[in-house]
Amino acid sequence: MSPRVLDRALIYGSAILLAVWVLIPFYIIAVSAFTPQARIFDFPKPLLPTAFSTDTMQFFVEARGVVPSVINSLLVALATIAFGLTLGTPAGYALARFHFRGREAFQVIVLATKMFPIAILSIPLAVTFLQLGLYDNLLAVALVHTAMALPFIILVTGGVFVAVSHELEEAAQTLGCTRWGAFLRVALPLALPGLAAAAIFTFVISWNEVFAATILTLRTRTLPALVLAGLGTSPLGFKFAGGLFMAMPAIVFIFLIRRYLMNLWGSR
Amino acid sequence: MAAIGIDKATKIFGRTAALKGVSLDIRDGEFMVLLGPSGCGKTTLLRCVAGLEQVDAGRVRIGDRDVTDLAPRDRNIAMVFQSYAVFPHMTVAGNIGFGLRMRRVPRPDIQQRVRQGAELLGLVSFLDRYPAQLSGGQRQRVAVARALVMDAPVLLMDEPLSNLDALLRLQARADLKRLHKEVKRTTIYVTHDQVEAMSMGDRIAVMRDGAIEQIGAPMEIYDNPASQFVGGFIGSPPMNFLRGAVRDGGFAGDGFSVPLSRPRGEQGRELLLGVRAEHIVIGGGGIPAKVLVVEPLGSHALVTAVVGKTAVKVQAPVDVAVKPDQAISLRFDESRVRWMDAGSGTALPN
Repeated sequence: MSPRVLDRALIYGSAILLAVWVLIPFYIIAVSAFTPQARIFDFPKPLLPTAFSTDTMQFFVEARGVVPSVINSLLVALATIAFGLTLGTPAGYALARFHFRGREAFQVIVLATKMFPIAILSIPLAVTFLQLGLYDNLLAVALVHTAMALPFIILVTGGVFVAVSHELEEAAQTLGCTRWGAFLRVALPLALPGLAAAAIFTFVISWNEVFAATILTLRTRTLPALVLAGLGTSPLGFKFAGGLFMAMPAIVFIFLIRRYLMNLWGSR
Repeated sequence: MAAIGIDKATKIFGRTAALKGVSLDIRDGEFMVLLGPSGCGKTTLLRCVAGLEQVDAGRVRIGDRDVTDLAPRDRNIAMVFQSYAVFPHMTVAGNIGFGLRMRRVPRPDIQQRVRQGAELLGLVSFLDRYPAQLSGGQRQRVAVARALVMDAPVLLMDEPLSNLDALLRLQARADLKRLHKEVKRTTIYVTHDQVEAMSMGDRIAVMRDGAIEQIGAPMEIYDNPASQFVGGFIGSPPMNFLRGAVRDGGFAGDGFSVPLSRPRGEQGRELLLGVRAEHIVIGGGGIPAKVLVVEPLGSHALVTAVVGKTAVKVQAPVDVAVKPDQAISLRFDESRVRWMDAGSGTALPN
C-alpha cells in the first residue's frame, strides 16, 4: 500500500468511526421515536425499524405542557436572535473593519467567555433575576441565551464582513453614499447570507440550551427544560420523542450552515 | 472647471508618515500621474483627495472649494479602484447607475446616462449581466463607466490596470487615454508602472517615501531626472550610474575615466555619472568594459557590460556582434550625461 492510500484510508477510517460514534445514538432515538409504545422495550433493539408508527410522537406532542413549551422555546429563540444580532453584528463589523487598540485581546476574551462554566453563574444569575423581577420570565432566559450565543455571532459575522471587500463600501461612498448608507446598500446585502447563518446558529444554541432555562424558570418552561424536568417520571417513549423533537432543528440547521462554520474555523 | 490644489498634505499612520507635507497643483483638465514604488504614499495622497482618508495637516482644494473636511460624497469626485469595487449584487446597469440613483437623478435620465456610459466603454450588450459573469477587463470597464457617468469634474484612478493581463493592459491604456481626450476631466492616476505613467500622463509626479521627488512632463522627467532615484525608476532599463570623483579636470572611477568639458566641482568631489542605455554606443574607443550578457529583444538588443564592478546596460542594434566575456569599449556624448551628487543623489544643474 502506498503512503498516499494509507493516508486516505486512515483519514476516511477515522471519519467513519467518528460519524458512527455520533450517529448511532441519533439513529436509536429516531427509530424508537417511531416505534409503537408497546414495542419500545424490546431488547436487543432491532437494527432496522420493525414496526413504524407515529403513536409515540403523537403521545409526546399531546402531552401536557409540550405545546406551550414549544411556543416558549420559539419565543426565547427569536428574542435571542434579535438581541444577539443587534449586539453582535456591529461588534463583528468592527472586528472586520477597524484596527483598534486591543483588537486581538478582544477576540480572545470573546472566546474566553465560552470557557466560563454557567453552573457557577447559576445561583448569582437566579438571585439577580429574582431581584429584577425577571425570574420565571422568558426575557431572562433570552438574555442568558444571548450572552451564550454572542461569541459565536461576533466571530461569525466578523468572518462574514471580512469577506466583503472594504473597497466596495468606499466605492459607494465616492458614489454619493454616507458611511452608514454604504453599509446598508452594499455591505449588508452582501453579508445577508452569512448573517442568516449566524441567526440560524443562534436559534439552535437557544433551542437546545437546557441548564439556564431550567434554573431560571419554574412554570414558563422551554421545551428542553420541560423534558428535563419530567425525565425521572415520564415514560421512555416520551423521552425518545422529545429527544428527536429537540435534535431535528439542530441537525437540519447545522447541515444548512456548515459552509459558514467552515469559515469560522478559518478554512474554506 | 476643477483644478486641484494640495497644500502641505501630511498623513501619519501609527508611527510612519505616509505623506510628509506634500504640495501639488493640478491644472483643470490635466492628466496627472502619481508614480512611485509601493509604500511611497501615492495611493494615500489619492485617497486624501477622494476623502477616504483625512489629512492630519494641510489642505485639499478642488475647484474653488476647500474640501479638506468634506466627506467623499460632497467632494464632487469619481473614483476607479484597483480591485474595481464593482458591486456583485447589482447588474452592470445597476452598477453604472448606482451613483446617479444616490444623487436622486430622475429615472429616465439615469437610463439615458447609463446607456451613454455603456456605449462609451463598449458594455451595451452586458447591461443585464452580473459582475460574476464578466471578465476582468469587462469589470474594469464597468468601474470606469460607473465613475464617468457621475459627470464629476475630477476623476481619480488607483492602479486601474494593474489587475489586467499584459495584452489587455496595453489595450485598456490606449482606451483610457482616448477617453480622457474625449471627456477632459481633471484626472489623478496612481500607478507603479513607469510605462503607464510615461504613455498616459500630461505630467508625472514621482513620489518616494511620502514626498514628491520630481514633477514634470514625461519626457522632461525621462531626460532630466532630478535625482538618482527618479533616473533609476523611470525608463526600462533604468538609467546607468557610474560612481567616481573629479580628478585633474576629468571624472574617474573604478576602471574608467572620462574628460570633462566644463568643471563639475572641486578636485576630489564624489559624483554619479548617469547615462541612459540608448545613449551609449559600443566600440570606437572610450570606457573599457566586459560583456556579461546579450539579450536580443526583437527591435534591439540589450547588452549588459561591466565597468570596473558596475553593471551597465547598453541598448545596441539587434545585430550587434558581441559575445559574453568579450572586451569592448563604451562611448557616450557628454551632453547626454546627467550628473548627480554621490552622497544625496540629487542632480546637479546642467
